[in-house]
Amino acid sequence: MENRDKSDLENYTLFLADSSLIMGHRLSEWTGHGPMLELDIAVSNIALDLIGQARNFYQYAARIVNESVLTEKSITEDDLAYLRDANQYRNLLITELPNGDWAKTIGKIFFFSTWQFYFYHKLIYAADKQLAAIAEKSLKEATYHLKWSSQWVIRLGDGTGESKKRMENAIRELWPYTGEMFVASEFEASTEKRLCIDVSGIKEDWLYKIKSILKEATLDFSSEKTWMQTGGKNGIHTEHLGFILAEMQFLQRAYPGLEW
Amino acid sequence: MKNQAEPLWEVFIRSKQGLEHKHVGSLHATDPKMAIENARDVYTRRMEGVSIWVVESKNIYATNPDDSESLFDPANDKIYRHPTFYDLPDELKYM
Repeated sequence: MENRDKSDLENYTLFLADSSLIMGHRLSEWTGHGPMLELDIAVSNIALDLIGQARNFYQYAARIVNESVLTEKSITEDDLAYLRDANQYRNLLITELPNGDWAKTIGKIFFFSTWQFYFYHKLIYAADKQLAAIAEKSLKEATYHLKWSSQWVIRLGDGTGESKKRMENAIRELWPYTGEMFVASEFEASTEKRLCIDVSGIKEDWLYKIKSILKEATLDFSSEKTWMQTGGKNGIHTEHLGFILAEMQFLQRAYPGLEW
Repeated sequence: MKNQAEPLWEVFIRSKQGLEHKHVGSLHATDPKMAIENARDVYTRRMEGVSIWVVESKNIYATNPDDSESLFDPANDKIYRHPTFYDLPDELKYM
């Protein structure tokens, strides 16, 4: 089943599903460890929102696969999430990076949810009705994640000397992973059919939003030419994804079909 | 971590069918925006409400239970203050 040609739609849907799932999974690592009860709940809520989005995309991807592969038994969302290996995952690299300290986590949520916000804003006009519907629902969640995380960027940036330093470090370390958000991969090339959105088209909006929040946070930002990491969308990942999947997939792989 | 930088706030939520904001609990936050967002995250997870008010606890003044007798008992035996001596017509169902 894995050697067949996958349609652009399937790859595109998996890219969106994987990004949300891995980001949600990483954020769930904060559950029980948040700096304050309210923030523990906030990050867990964001993780749940993202995993919910992932489920919507995976369910759709499973339908696409089942309709295109006429033999063999049908697959479900669980097969896609638990039984694919790292080189089949298409998530953005930024989603698999370690959480680090609170500033690093806030930075990740901020960059990622801003991207999701502008991305979903365009995706609601996609030719594919199902993707458009998922985008409409997810946009409300992304809107809140963006608002919540940008408040924290401002709080940390315009806070104490230590919080400012940590927020600056976080921005600097995460920046090389933001370029990937605006580089279309092969399966995204078919924008003429209005299947995928033009990712380079949202870069200006994203940059503008990021810069205005950083300015309000009194954070120094110079857009130097940074080498941008890429590859996630094509299954080429950092060393982190292997560990994430090992933890996430162990149970289903060791006890196939196990249910609650 | 609980010091003056993160004061306590009281949270009031109005439900979809409700007319008034009810007190649902309290939380810590550094500023009003954070208090609202924390209240949204903590107290509206199960669609409990559609409107949130937050007030810093220090801005709420309350009666002292020790004063209850002098504050509230006198109202008990003044039935002439209650509008209960009318015969309401059947049409007035919601009075």
